[in-house]
Amino acid sequence: MTDWEIVLKEWPRLASGFGTTLLLFGISAVGAFLLGALMVGPLRSRSKIVRIALRSYVDGMRMLPFLIFVYLLFYGLPTFGVKLDAWTAGLLGLTVYHCAYVAEILRGAWDQLPVGQTESAQAHGYHGLRLIRRIVLPQLILNTAPVLGNQLIYILKDTSFLMIITVQDLTYAASSIQSMYFVPLEPFLIAMALYWAISLLIEGFVRVVHGTAKERGLGHA
Amino acid sequence: MTAGGFQMLLDGAWTTIWISLIAIVCGVPIGFGLSLIRVSRVPVLSQIVVLYVSLGRATPLVTLALFLFVTLPVFGINIDKYTAGVVALTLNTASFNTEVWRSAYLAFPQSQIEAARATGMTRALYFRRIMFPQMWFAALPSLVNEMTLLIKASPAIAVIGVVDLTRVTNRIAAQTYEPLPPILIAGVMYILFIGVLVRLQRHLEKRAERYAP
Repeated sequence: MTDWEIVLKEWPRLASGFGTTLLLFGISAVGAFLLGALMVGPLRSRSKIVRIALRSYVDGMRMLPFLIFVYLLFYGLPTFGVKLDAWTAGLLGLTVYHCAYVAEILRGAWDQLPVGQTESAQAHGYHGLRLIRRIVLPQLILNTAPVLGNQLIYILKDTSFLMIITVQDLTYAASSIQSMYFVPLEPFLIAMALYWAISLLIEGFVRVVHGTAKERGLGHA
Repeated sequence: MTAGGFQMLLDGAWTTIWISLIAIVCGVPIGFGLSLIRVSRVPVLSQIVVLYVSLGRATPLVTLALFLFVTLPVFGINIDKYTAGVVALTLNTASFNTEVWRSAYLAFPQSQIEAARATGMTRALYFRRIMFPQMWFAALPSLVNEMTLLIKASPAIAVIGVVDLTRVTNRIAAQTYEPLPPILIAGVMYILFIGVLVRLQRHLEKRAERYAP
């Protein structure tokens, strides 16, 4: 049996790993994005305490390696009696960690929106959440599409760290086929090709969004 | 945590620092060279660079490190885990640096090149004397930003058995049965390293703005 045949025979293992990676990526990307969008307003809050608290969370995440944060959740939390399994810790870690990055990207873009625009929206009766949802957020997303796309690729790549805390993702699947049958090359080639394919899809999606942004006279930021 | 544990953390921090440093020192010039191939549109080679950058950007470091560590020996290249870690980090950071250098090159004002040509400078001369110093100023903040990303991704090499600042916390916890203190201290150390780089980046950004062409 050639190496490729072994890998082909073991495809369910790779498929399940790929499924895990996609699931972790999908849920945490959506979660990080929604929470990040919710945090943009409070990040610019008038209350100093709220601002400082959120600021330290965002800056903390941006200076901490992802794996150390996951270690804190997975190995550190049990000290306080909170025991998470690897999957939960991984998913929570991905979401909470990348949420800070998304919030910071969107906040930076909000600072560049013309002030007069928000004021005139308020004069037309847009306030609070409706103002953010209908006027501000669509522009922020269109303006920052390439940067948000990069962040999506980072989320995808960070899922692979989770094999270190025993999550059976795509990289774990490749590694386990490699060690079981001693076929060192092929499983990793397939894994890298799959990661690459997802990244290309993300880049294609970003290009479409960016095109829409340009059509509407946005996307210069 | 004991004094021995703290010593282990310092050793781990040192491993993280020297491995990252070598990757940075190699990755910045490699990225520069590759970006030159790309912008001068060398046939075949420049397509290979495009492919390399796209793939390098998309491959997780964990996967890359494992791949290099188990695959290279099959081709007769014996590689220990430290070399594999350094090579993985270098390949990764070089692909990002290529893009940084390329955008610095593309953003360079055409008028200066025309002026240099008008005074009779050769391509090599104006690149060396006029373009490169200004590109360096413009690219430096992004290069430092990439260094922080590299350090944040460096715990990936733990997967091939390198005991870095992240991995060492497992070792300490195995002795003390208290995982939290070493992880917290390691976290603070990372924040210190990266905090210094972020400060440096802000400073360089201001300087680059002041000298912007």
